[in-house]
Amino acid sequence: MAAGAPTAPAAPAQVGGRKRLTERARGEHRLAYMLCAPAVLAMLVVTGYPIAYAIYLSMQRYDLRFPDDREFVGLSNYGEVLSSSTWWLDLTNTLIITGFSVAIELVLGMIIALVMHRAIFGRGPVRASILIPYGIVTVVAAFAWRYAFDPTTGFVIGLGPISETWAPLTERAGSFFVIIMTEVWKTTPFMALLLLAGLALVPDELHEAAKVDGAGPVQRFFRITLPLMKPAIVVALLFRTLDAFRVFDTVFIQTAGANDTESVSILGYNQLINRVNLGLGSAVSVLIFVCVIIIAFAFIKGLGASTAQRDER
Amino acid sequence: MRRAACIACAVGLTLVGAGCGSGDDEGGARTLKWYVFAEPSGAFQEAASNCTKQANGRYRVEIVDLPTNADQQRELVVRRLAAEDSDIDIIGMDVIWTAEFAEAEWIREVTGENRRRAEEGVLPGPLETAKYKGRLWTIPFTTNTQLLWYRKDLVEEPPKTWDEMIDQAERLNTTIQVQAARYEGLVVWFNSLVASAGGEIVNDAGKPVLGQPGVRAAEVMKRLASSSAAPPALTNNREDQARLGFESGDSAFQVNYTFVYASAKTGAEGNPQTKKVFDNMAWARWPGVSPDEPSRVTLGGINLGVGSYSRNPDLATEAALCLAQPDNQVVAAEKGGLPPTNEKLYDDEKIKQAFPFADLLRETLAEGAPRPVTPAYSDISLAIQQTLHPPQDIDPEKTIEDLRDNIDTVSEGGLF
Repeated sequence: MAAGAPTAPAAPAQVGGRKRLTERARGEHRLAYMLCAPAVLAMLVVTGYPIAYAIYLSMQRYDLRFPDDREFVGLSNYGEVLSSSTWWLDLTNTLIITGFSVAIELVLGMIIALVMHRAIFGRGPVRASILIPYGIVTVVAAFAWRYAFDPTTGFVIGLGPISETWAPLTERAGSFFVIIMTEVWKTTPFMALLLLAGLALVPDELHEAAKVDGAGPVQRFFRITLPLMKPAIVVALLFRTLDAFRVFDTVFIQTAGANDTESVSILGYNQLINRVNLGLGSAVSVLIFVCVIIIAFAFIKGLGASTAQRDER
Repeated sequence: MRRAACIACAVGLTLVGAGCGSGDDEGGARTLKWYVFAEPSGAFQEAASNCTKQANGRYRVEIVDLPTNADQQRELVVRRLAAEDSDIDIIGMDVIWTAEFAEAEWIREVTGENRRRAEEGVLPGPLETAKYKGRLWTIPFTTNTQLLWYRKDLVEEPPKTWDEMIDQAERLNTTIQVQAARYEGLVVWFNSLVASAGGEIVNDAGKPVLGQPGVRAAEVMKRLASSSAAPPALTNNREDQARLGFESGDSAFQVNYTFVYASAKTGAEGNPQTKKVFDNMAWARWPGVSPDEPSRVTLGGINLGVGSYSRNPDLATEAALCLAQPDNQVVAAEKGGLPPTNEKLYDDEKIKQAFPFADLLRETLAEGAPRPVTPAYSDISLAIQQTLHPPQDIDPEKTIEDLRDNIDTVSEGGLF
């Protein structure tokens, strides 16, 4: 707004080529930077600083209970974490939860998205009702599932062929089952919503043309819908994988990490909040951050996810 | 594309700083904040208003509720104290926090005349929980310990040892309710077993001891967990699930705190099944590990500490002494079912009414076993929880060896 030049027709700037910018284009650039500045600044304050501080803390021996013992120890906290069996067990657990829940969510989410897309009557109510689980607080959902699978209070135990003495939350496989099901129940709507947006991208004309050529519904789904939806699918997978990798609430409420179901987030929480060992806890947090970066990088490079593709629509 | 990027940029973030005013003085009376777990019966509230009245306008005790879960209480208080929060005047402290808080100097030592008043007439076991390295850091208020609760219509003679109890339960085809989820309750169970076997988990220097008594304790846990006397959800059981299991009539035995008696009494009013259980509910000393040695049972309870960063520490100490005085202990016992730390009160008619088992309770408390007194207690507790859970997977010799290593690692500030 500060630049006086009228900015309404933005297109000609691109026509002018990249090498020599016109006066007006330069003005627009300046304006763009100025408009971005507050957001960038805010991001630096609310994310950049904490990240840097966490890295700084992770290189110290720093336990709030023994503040006098504070000293710089370099990378030894990382050595401590990476050489502990707990970290690797927790990482495996987290990957199990992430892998299974995201895979199941993708399949279910796709089915639900197709239903929502094709719903002829009651579109609004159908979409709203599918979204309900996503609107429920994770802790509440986790409690609901925990009680449902508890032999004393749960309606699931003793239902049909399920044994009345089965206590899933007291064994590892059972605990993983309940945790993953809770995650799936809770976040499939989110997945479905992202996929629905992708489905809307597929032009109807292509389907009609394929139909004329004699392609069946299955063929059309795999040959037309899926390839055209790929960007949306990859973005949905990326979001959910990153989310699932940081799983905390569900595990915390249902097992608190018992039966070898502890996730890396719970490990970090235990070090930071329970033991108030800021050095060790920060090292765990930074390692989780690194894992998240690796996942994001793998998705973007490996599967060609690009945020730009979403912008283009 | 550029336009899209700009739209994204324009979504700025606004940071709103909310200012909080703190009203310190209200009509001349200082407000003292008492951080203590949310006690449902209102016993603490009554103690607070008693003291406010006695203070004659010099101070006013205001309760700030903490969660009922002990781990979460600690997390909240520790976080605030580590940040030197001056809002915390008096803390209702779980007995296991004493060493940690004292070492970090988050609470004020109780000295001189105050110390004499605080220690007067206190049962020896509970008094130990208020001390660290010979100095008094908190004011004993309420205590707690577990008894064995059993069904006298099913059990002829209460068992003296765990082995006997498991034999009986197997014969009767019933179960034994214990606390074996992965939380502090598991540590309480293990600590009582180790102490009853004549050992200790760590020594005064915070180094692991365990040894043969530790192995014996692990054997008992393993045996119960793998026997038919184990309730189906054993490894997820906390105090409340154990209570419910007993009240429903599924189990003939439970080891649990005294609150289960009042709870069954209330439950009996509306539920015929619970009434049958309550009518046949009997108590005995917590079972021992070997037949010729009486058990030594873990002590619980709440002591009162004064926050180091309090604006009115002297007044807070005075108020804490008032809160812990015998009259208020009687209120806590009658209303809240929390056993007093003052020995004489166990002869009080009101206490005998609230606790028909008062004599057994006093005897158990006097010989009670504190949990490891070390500033790294919560680390050691986590190590025990992680190593001994689930109890059916215990391999006594090896698990105790692992536990030694793990306690060593965490007490050095490491991660195993």
